[in-house]
Amino acid sequence: MSTWVPTEGTSDALLSVRDLKVTFPTEDGLVKAVNGLTFDLNAGETLGIVGESGSGKSVTSQAIMGLHRGTRAKVEGSIDFDGKNLLKLEDEELRVMRGRDIAMIFQDPLSALHPYYTVGNQIIEAYKVHHGSASKAAVRAHVIDMLERVGIPNPQKRIDQYPHEFSGGMRQRAMIAMALVNSPRLVIADEPTTALDVTVQAQILDLLIDLQKDINAAIIIITHDLGVVAEMADKIMVMYGGKAVEGGTADQTFYSPEHPYTWGLLQSMPRIDRERLDRLRPIPGNPPSLISPPSGCAFHTRCAYRDDENLGCSTIVPEFDVQDWHPVRCLIPAPKRKAIFDTEIRTPSS
Amino acid sequence: MTTTHPESDVILEVKDLQKHFPTRTSGIIRRASDPVKAVDGISFSVNRGETLGLVGESGCGKSTAGRTMLQLLEPTGGSIHYNGRDITGVHGADLRKLRTEMQMVFQDPYGSLNPRQTIGTIVAAPFDIQGITPDGGVKAEVQSLMERVGLNPEHYNRYPHEFSGGQRQRIGIARAVALRPKLIVCDEPVSALDVSIQAQVVNLLEDLQTEYDLTYVFVAHDLSVIRHISDRVAVMYLGKFMEVADRDELYANPLHPYTQALLSAVPIPDPRKENKRERILLKGDLPSPINPPSGCVFHTRCPRFREELSETERKRCTTEIPLVQKIGNHEVACHFAGAAKIDVI
Repeated sequence: MSTWVPTEGTSDALLSVRDLKVTFPTEDGLVKAVNGLTFDLNAGETLGIVGESGSGKSVTSQAIMGLHRGTRAKVEGSIDFDGKNLLKLEDEELRVMRGRDIAMIFQDPLSALHPYYTVGNQIIEAYKVHHGSASKAAVRAHVIDMLERVGIPNPQKRIDQYPHEFSGGMRQRAMIAMALVNSPRLVIADEPTTALDVTVQAQILDLLIDLQKDINAAIIIITHDLGVVAEMADKIMVMYGGKAVEGGTADQTFYSPEHPYTWGLLQSMPRIDRERLDRLRPIPGNPPSLISPPSGCAFHTRCAYRDDENLGCSTIVPEFDVQDWHPVRCLIPAPKRKAIFDTEIRTPSS
Repeated sequence: MTTTHPESDVILEVKDLQKHFPTRTSGIIRRASDPVKAVDGISFSVNRGETLGLVGESGCGKSTAGRTMLQLLEPTGGSIHYNGRDITGVHGADLRKLRTEMQMVFQDPYGSLNPRQTIGTIVAAPFDIQGITPDGGVKAEVQSLMERVGLNPEHYNRYPHEFSGGQRQRIGIARAVALRPKLIVCDEPVSALDVSIQAQVVNLLEDLQTEYDLTYVFVAHDLSVIRHISDRVAVMYLGKFMEVADRDELYANPLHPYTQALLSAVPIPDPRKENKRERILLKGDLPSPINPPSGCVFHTRCPRFREELSETERKRCTTEIPLVQKIGNHEVACHFAGAAKIDVI
């Protein structure tokens, strides 16, 4: 990867998000859920968006899907998909694209599937909306084939069952079948395995990787679990308080991370692949308010390396330089960040 | 599964514990049908001051086991001894008295605190219920507890909704340690929290354990958290223990095929390792605990059963319930226990 995004006007990426902002008016004030997000995604590529609750990762995916339309949320910036700004499309144009070109896999398959309709009917519906002329028998055959591809045993019988007759893992497979039934070019998976057990999670991630190869789709995977993106993502964007704080390849993020928040995330999780530590190293404090975020760097209140006097961490808002190949929203100069990482953060096995 | 320790060291001894939930047939005439065998004969002991980790996937019965050993649920069978005394089925005043020594921290920091009560009232509840007035009065004690768990004591009059998930879990912990109990069952205490907050709460639990000399039974599905906090780990599947061993031993050298599959499925935040890694994939889903498989309950999904065993060996798995056998420091319920063919981590 060269720079985080190409110079203005030259992006030929499948998905091009520029300075995306999503705000929600509330009684307590304006919630700035996403506050200036820029990234590109090419066909066949997987972007992992990592962050904790309230970091804005799910709101970002909802904005791409156009799910904030008709709500009080205000969406600014641009989301270009295949050269068209999704934010400027008419509802009808978006409806045609949604499900056909861009599909979404939700976290909780039980609430995303309708309990009243059979699993098959819901997937058939998703297909027929975009393939109105297909014959009933052909659609049914296609959906059975899809269920088989996502690893649902006995699909001829399963197609006529209701969601409650499926286990959690099978429901998630059914949702993946529904999302991929039209061979979309972009798939957004919002915490696709968080509700699942670890052995099922492994199956589902492997399945997503295989299916991605089949249809060469771009995938955005949103998760709080760095282990999940380690397996799947080509590039990773770490979010904090509605903004990207670090962007880069998976290797950069895991082997030479430069933002103190990324360090904190990597250090605070207990790891079964390393020597057990006597004590975990948490990030102190709590996530920032999105209504009145901290002044200066949003992370400065929890940062062990803040230097208000010399760097102005509590007053100056750091930039995310999208022309950098490994942008880091931090006021600490890059050489010093690298030095801190090498001496204090890196462990011998990494 | 019992271990030989001097009797005085054992704080909790559980023998052949069972918890079955009755079910009914649907239709007009609702007859009792086969029960859900949530916990189906587990035996173990917990030593004073140690942390026993109970790990398994959803539906394996680990939470039910935790609740049953505290008598929050009445056991269907088996016995529970606390400090040598049989507490199986105690109720009423006896049970209330026992609660001063055994407490619980719940998973959901939203559902386990009454939204209409202030933090002060919530943390003071154990004193009210037991009719105990600590030295210096309830309020002073509650405020010092709040301070101890990392909350601002001035927030005594605030309500749960004013706190974040991590702070709420601290409130639940303050309530659990208020009476200085000896044993705390922690039921997924950090699984609803963000990773950065998870570590704060795990550290707090460890500090309190040292300070108040606590014994923990720590129920969780997260194998990394379990490894961090436990001294010994029991792996559960469909209401039964598959393997019990000391923490380092279990993670370095798992002998039960289910333990091996679980460990190999944990995603590791390291792309190079992750790409090189082989997984032991389990096929299919968890069978129903109403009608568990015959013989070894794990055989329907067992990779060893599927790939390595002969026809006669398989017959044993499908017909004969494996007894717990001691292999080194492990207790394993598998006819063909042994090391995995690949590195699982």
